[in-house]
This record gives sequence, C-alpha cells and structure tokens, in this order.
Amino acid sequence: MAEIICIQDQCTGCGACVEACAYDGVELAEGVALFKESCNLCGACVEACPVNAIVIRKELEATPAAGLDDYRGVWVFGEQHRGEIAPVVLELVGKGRELADARGCELVVVVLGSGMESACRELLEHPVDRVIYAEAAELADYLSGPYGRVFSDLVREHRPEIVLAGATTVGRSFLARVAVEIHTGLTADCTGLEIDEEGLLAQTRPAFGGNIMATILCPNHRPQMATVRHKVMKPAARSSRGGSIEKVEPKRKLVASRAKLLALLPEVEETINIAEADIIVSGGRGLGGPENFKLVEELAVALGGAVGASRATVDAGWKPYSHQVGQTGKTVCPKLYIACGISGAVQHLVGMQSSDCIVAINKDPHAPIFQVTDYGIVGDLHEVLPRLTAAVRAKRG
Amino acid sequence: MAQGMDYGLTETQEMIRDLGRQVADEKIKPVAAHHDETGEFPWEIIKVLADADLMGVYIPEEYGGSADGTPGMNMCLLAEELSRACAGIALAFAATGLGTLPILLSGSDEQKKRFLPNIAGGKRLAAFGITEANAGSDAASIQTTAVKDGDTYVINGTKQWISNGGEAEVYTVFAMTDRTRGARGATAFILEKGMDGFSFGKKEDKLGIRGSTTRELVFEDVRVPEANRLGREGTGFMIAMKTFDVSRPGVAAQAVGIAQGALDCAVNYAHTRKQFGKSIASFQGVGFMLADMAMKIEAARALVYATARHIDGGAKRPTKYSAMSKCFASDVAMQVTTDAIQVLGGYGYMKEYPVEKYFRDAKVTQIYEGTNQIQRDEIARALIKEAAGRKS
Amino acid sequence: MRIVVPVKQVPDTTEVRMDSETNTLVREGVDSIVNPFDTYAVEEAVRVKERLNLDASITVLTMGPPQAESALRECLAVGADEAALVTDRAFAGSDTWATSLVLATAIRHIGFDLVICGKQAIDGDTAQVGPGISVHLDVPQATYVGKVEEITPGKAVVLRLVEEGHERIELPLPCLWTVTKEINEPRLPSLRGKMRAKKAEIRKLTAEELGLKAKAVGLDGSPTRVVRIFSPLPRAGGEVFTGEADECVAKLVAALTEGQVV
Repeated sequence: MAEIICIQDQCTGCGACVEACAYDGVELAEGVALFKESCNLCGACVEACPVNAIVIRKELEATPAAGLDDYRGVWVFGEQHRGEIAPVVLELVGKGRELADARGCELVVVVLGSGMESACRELLEHPVDRVIYAEAAELADYLSGPYGRVFSDLVREHRPEIVLAGATTVGRSFLARVAVEIHTGLTADCTGLEIDEEGLLAQTRPAFGGNIMATILCPNHRPQMATVRHKVMKPAARSSRGGSIEKVEPKRKLVASRAKLLALLPEVEETINIAEADIIVSGGRGLGGPENFKLVEELAVALGGAVGASRATVDAGWKPYSHQVGQTGKTVCPKLYIACGISGAVQHLVGMQSSDCIVAINKDPHAPIFQVTDYGIVGDLHEVLPRLTAAVRAKRG
Repeated sequence: MAQGMDYGLTETQEMIRDLGRQVADEKIKPVAAHHDETGEFPWEIIKVLADADLMGVYIPEEYGGSADGTPGMNMCLLAEELSRACAGIALAFAATGLGTLPILLSGSDEQKKRFLPNIAGGKRLAAFGITEANAGSDAASIQTTAVKDGDTYVINGTKQWISNGGEAEVYTVFAMTDRTRGARGATAFILEKGMDGFSFGKKEDKLGIRGSTTRELVFEDVRVPEANRLGREGTGFMIAMKTFDVSRPGVAAQAVGIAQGALDCAVNYAHTRKQFGKSIASFQGVGFMLADMAMKIEAARALVYATARHIDGGAKRPTKYSAMSKCFASDVAMQVTTDAIQVLGGYGYMKEYPVEKYFRDAKVTQIYEGTNQIQRDEIARALIKEAAGRKS
Repeated sequence: MRIVVPVKQVPDTTEVRMDSETNTLVREGVDSIVNPFDTYAVEEAVRVKERLNLDASITVLTMGPPQAESALRECLAVGADEAALVTDRAFAGSDTWATSLVLATAIRHIGFDLVICGKQAIDGDTAQVGPGISVHLDVPQATYVGKVEEITPGKAVVLRLVEEGHERIELPLPCLWTVTKEINEPRLPSLRGKMRAKKAEIRKLTAEELGLKAKAVGLDGSPTRVVRIFSPLPRAGGEVFTGEADECVAKLVAALTEGQVV
C-alpha cells in the first residue's frame, strides 16, 4: 500500500506540515515530522514543506497501463433539456476544441435524447468534428440509469481519451456513475483544464470549500473525465468544420430504467438556499432599513440569484437568519457576490471572500469591503441598485 | 469539545455542558435579539431543551430527570451555557428550576410523582412565588393568606414580579397560615394554572432579561387541596430558605454565563478593531481591562462550581457559600458587562451590537433571589455565628 | 428494513483561515465535524424510520482513521441505531472511485434496503461518491433529493432539486439517494442519545474482512492523483467606479458581461 515518508535528514522540524494539515495527521516528534494514523495521504504537507522532505510513495509505481494510446478524441457531453442544448455545452466545446487541437484529435459532442436532429445540426455550426446522437424515446428526459449505461456503452465502443461534461445536476450525477462503470477517473467542478507535457489532461479545481486549489491527473485510466461549471469557460464562436452526425440506436436493455420520471415541476424558487446559489446579492446596514431590502431582492431576482444578509441586518430582524452570510452565518462561494451597503467587517468577509467575483456598492470609499472586490461602485445604493436591476433586465431581454 | 480550565467534570456533566452550548450557539443566539426586542416567551427554545432531555438535569432519574447524583452542578453548567447566549431565554429554564426546588426538597413522594416527570420532560414549566409589593427582602412580611376550610386552603393575595408568571403551569406559592406565629406562620403550596380564582397581572416591561416573562400572580379565593400543601403548616419560610441555599449557585451560574458572553464579545472586538494602526487589544489599557474581566469571571466560576459540588455532596448548611457565590458572581457580571461596553466604545452603546444587552441582563442578577445586600447580610451572620460557636 | 447512511468526518472548512502574513491557509486546529450534508442524510433516515413506523434500523458507517469514531457517535446520538467504522491503512489516499468501492463493499456486507448519502463532502466537494456507490451496488439512484414524498418498503417517490425547479422521481427499493440541505432540519442530539452513543459498540471492518485487496483501494486503487495543491491567489482590490450612478452602472455591467459573470 502507499505510504508517506519524512526524509529525516532533510527535515528541519519547522512545522509547516503540521500547520498545513487539516486532518491532524502529522506532528513533530524529536524535531522531525511524524505521521499519524489520521493521515489520509491528501498531500497538502508535501506542497507545504519548504525543503521537500515529505514524499508519498505508491506501491505500484506508475507503469502506464497497456492500450492507453488506443484512446483518442475529446468528447463533450451535449446535455439537453426538453430538446434544447444546455448553454454550458458550448463553453465545453470552446475548451474541448483547444484540448483536441493540442492532442491532434477530433472533438465530438455526444447527445442523448429524442427529436434532437436540428439541435445536433446547430452544434455542427461550431468547431465540432462530429456529433454522436443516441436516439431513443426513453432518453428524452434525463434519468441516471439509462444515460449512464448508454454513455458508458458509447465510451467503451469509441474509446475517447477525454470526456467533458457540465457540472450541472445532470452532468455531475450521471458522469460519476459512468466513471465507476468504466473504471476511470473523474474530476468535478474544474476551473482549469490543460494538456501537460506528457499529453495528460491536467485538471485544476477548488477544494476545501474554495479555500485551496488542487491539480489532478488520471494517468493510467481512460477516458480522463472532468466536469466544468457553467460560466467558467468561454463559449466557442460559431465556425463550422463541416462535421457529420452519427446517429445510433442504443440497445433496448440499456435504456430500460428502474427509476421513473413522474413529473417536472418548474419553479421560481423564492427561498433559494444561499449556500447553493451561483449568484448572491447581499444587503447590509447601509440599506438603512428593512424596507430597502426590496432593492436587493429585485436585483437578485433579475440576476436569478439568492438574497444574502449581513449579520447586523439579521440581528436587527430585517432578514431571517437563513440568509446570513459570514462567520456566524453561512459561508458561500458563488460565482458572483454583490455586497450592498455592507462595510466589509472581517466576520462578513470570512463568509464570502472565496466567491469568484465580488462586487460592492457602498457610499463610503474607505469601506474595507473594497479591499476584496473585483469591481466596486462608490455611490448611493438607492440610486445604483434600481439602475443596475434595470440594466440587468434589459440585457436579459 | 469546550476549552478552558479542567474542572474535573464527569462524562455526564461534560455532555450537559456541551449540549447546552450547542443549543445556545445554534438555537438561542440567532433569536436572542428578537426575544429581547419583542419580549415573546421562548416556547420554541423550551421545546428544543425538552427534546434534548435538558429540562430535567436537576431532577432525579426516578422522577424522569437525569441528575445522575449531581443536580446542582448540572443546573449550574446548563444555566451558564444558556445564559452565555441569552439570560432572558435561559431564565425560562432556570426559573422553572427555582419553582421546582421546593417540591424536590420538601415534597412528598406522591407530590413528586405528580409534578416532577412533566417538568423533567419539559411539558410543564414552573415558577416560584414569594415576593409581594410590600415584601421583598423582608419576605416574612408577606400578606398572602391561606385559610383552612375543611380539607382545602383558601388563598387570597397577590405576588409580584414572578418569573414565568402566566406561562408556567406549576407554581410554588408561599402564604401565611398563621400570622400570630410570625416567621413560623407561613406555608408553601403548589398551585396550578387554571385553578379557579388564580389569575395573572400584566406582563412587566423590564430593563433586561426581556426574553423572560414576569407577571403578577393574583389569588382570589383560590381553593387548594391539602394534597397540594408542601410539608407541614408553618414550614414555609424554612422551605424557602432551603430552596434559596440550593438555587443561588444557579443564579450565580447565570451571572457567570452573562459575563463570559460579554467578555467573548469584548475580546473579539478588541482583537479586530484597529485604531492608530494597531488592534486595540494591543494597547495595555484595553488589554489590562480584558485581563481583569477574565480573572474575575474565572474566580466566580470556580466559586460557583465549588459551591455546587459542596451542596451536591450533601452539605447541611451551605447558606454562607451559596450567598457568596451569588453575590460575587453577580457583582462580577455587572463589572464585566460595564467594562465590555467600554471596550466597544461607541459601538458598545448601540443597540445594534449585542454587548449592551449583556449589561442590561446582568443587573437583575444582583437583585433577584435575594439582593446582594441580603446576601452580604447572610454571609456576615454566618461568620458571626461561627465565631460565637467557637471556643475562645 | 435496513437503512444505511455513509458519513464522513471532515475538517470544518468554514473555519479554515488565511494567515495574512504568509498568505497560506492555516488548517491546524480546525475542528473535525460530521460532514454537514451527511447530518441531513442521517436526519432523513431517522424521519423515514419514524414515517415507516415498522421495524427499521439505521446503520451509519464511515471509511476513515480511528478518530472518525467520534463522528459515528455523533450520528448515534441523533438517532442512528448502529455504527460501523471501515478502517485500514490500505484505504488511505483513496479517491472517489476507491472510496465508493470500499463503502459499497461494506454496505453490501452489512446488508441494506435503502442508502441515504449527503450530496457531497465539504472537503472534496465532488458529489461523486454517492453515485459511485449506487453503481457498485447496482441500484437505481436519485441525487439532489430535496423531499421524500412517499416511502414504503417497496418504493419511494422523491423530489430532486434541479436547476429549473424539481423533478418527481419514483424508484423501487433497494435504491440510493443523495440529499440536499433543503430536505429537513437536522435535530440536536438529546442527553440520552449522547449517553447511549457514548456506550455504543462500534463495529470495525478491515480490508481483509471485506475481501478488498490493497491494490484495489487506497492510493494504488485510485484512478485520479492529486499532483499539486496550492492556495488561490489572494484577492487584491479591483476597479472602483465613482461618479454618476448611470455611468457607474453601465461600466459595471460592461465589466461583468465581458468577464462572463452575467
């Protein structure tokens, strides 16, 4: 089995490894690092050691498995809902094209569904070499069993080296099944995908609630699979390569499902759990009064996001505790966090500073929040928020 | 789970403390400001405490509780943890304890079986009724009367400032059965909400502990069966004194909790607030204040726990120590919360910040269950008695 | 009926803080907690048991080092009936593939009718282990479950929380669910629960007992490898727009559009 070793001659007993370990897996004993049973080989200490004294040794050294070179091609899962291709797919096509070019192979979009011919043709108006379209009435709506089995079957037959899918509720659920069915690696929520010097897909993603970044490889299994969140990659521009559609009819037994989709219930979720939201608009004491939360809510609805609140406003009863963001509230890591009338006390920052993009609107130019924003507006939120809401609505049509 | 000095707690005591802290942090903290503002009775917290089996930590197992031999210590640990989040809300629990103690200390087995299980299970709350408009520190001058009529007592009078008044179902009430016998003329009774003639006055509007409900009790020819009399006629004040001996460390524990909560706020603030380019905690003026606050709290805590252990261990006359713990801890709470506001400066004065609430809550601990002047009186008398009893 | 809830003990990632001088993460001294999503799974298991009102038992299990026992006891204190610790040095370094294999093997060993998982662990954040287990066990799954509408020993009807709203799914038992925080409000432990949990005997399962070879699990059995861990760049203040509200809003919207944020 694998083991972790401290090269004692090199260890200076500085304790950086102890500080970096969140699992209480290492301690200093007699001036050198000593690993405990609680070490789970996550490798954070290897990175943290300033003198490279820590090594993780695997029992089976990476002898590349045979037949890996037979796997060629970059695949993108063409997620669809009720006949429409999900927007994330075009973003994956953009990235997929880059990877395919780096590997000198073709880029294929794989669509599962029913009545998707014109959607497939539309996909070919982008830099895609081929579309594989598995058609069956049973595949019209997503069900994890049939989608997982059909996709796995296609992967086994065609042997792509890379598979990308959107990190959506669909993508994450069924691709995780595929990874196990095929026995290969899957990395979720990637923010970075590159081909490294050895031709492997280097997959970078956040972990620990967004507090650290990890780069992952899948060296000995194929395909190398990754899911990517919406709005992380840039969508591909239209540019046809004259690709073709390969239509396949999946075997009957693959599309049979034990689970049944009984109904789809679309909703305008008023009380989105802010911890799950991609966009959060938060209000603070600078709003002046509970009635002004309306300005925050209108912007949130226009953006399709959730409403957050600073502790001060929750304590004052302007918003329920479930909306509180901060040290004693929820920690959030959305794509976009807009702080309105929030000064930026440390206790609040701790709850949202790993958000991808932070915007603040505050009339105090010296408010500490501006130290962590990507964009800020110094101004009266009573003027700014309605205009911003109107602009967002206009943009969305 | 908790850090701090090791007071040699048993496993059960640690569980009570840890669970109390969890309830305080997860359930009480988020609603403390709301209850302070509206004065709403915290029924939802009572339910949480009941579900967590915490309402009966001072009641023996045979009556549905989980005292595990150390009822006093358990009560103190829980009262401290809950008060750290909100003393007003904690009082719904603590005042029930006070109202239940006479039954625990002097009730017959039948009475205990009748009342304790529901209280231990959090299904009924209790309250203690001795104080009247003209009888505060001078408890012996109560005017409420209980006149025997066959096998019932007819009770007339009013009680003032009763915590849990109107919300509790079980009331231990003290009335005069024989005025001619002075201090030996009072008797304790168990009354229940809903008895004919038993009503409540308006809810008081208080400076602090606003999450708790304080009301007048009104008795107009309330007929109470003999089976609800606690102990023999004339033993009322003795029961009351015995009760206070056991309950005062509980009040002290509330005070310690309030003080600790205030100190935590002050330390967090001083640590993050920067002036003149540094955190204010790095200025000795502020640092020394925090150090003094912390020392006092720890000393109070140690005294409270020692007293609780002393009583749990079966001490016959713990009056002096009970009074010490209550007086010392509540004085500490008042000092600490005053200084906590000072540390927060202007922010400390604003109601938006939680510190001023601790200050308002702390004050009553110097007053109820015997003012600190009465406590000092008790201590002095005990000292003199000891001196008189010693051979010269 | 046996309900199995796999849980994970994780560092409290919300408590992890940045050392402002070295700009690195300080993770030392961070509390170990039961993965928050798993507490919702345990709570749902207890509610299902209460709803079914028949002889059901809830087993919580975890793959982890010996200290993970405390996480199991926390789950026992809120209503789980039995606990198993799947522990072996061979499991260290497992990625989601290997973890789901180990857990599925343990679940099959214990026996199950229903498996309830939390949506994801807050340290790994992958949400892959639940679905992985359902494939190893060859049972249907429903992920992102936000509500259990119907449950009988033979079938379940659940609502999945998806981007556009909810999906109503019917599945036969045995099956596996992963649950979101929408589904319930986990209860606090009771004193009696904590006492029972303290005294409870926890079953231990090793790789050998489960028939798992070292090279199929742990780091060696993991298709993915972490090759680098680094801290994200610290935030520096960005652009601040001042002036007329209309102008500022226009500039902000332009910047957000270009950055693909909206």
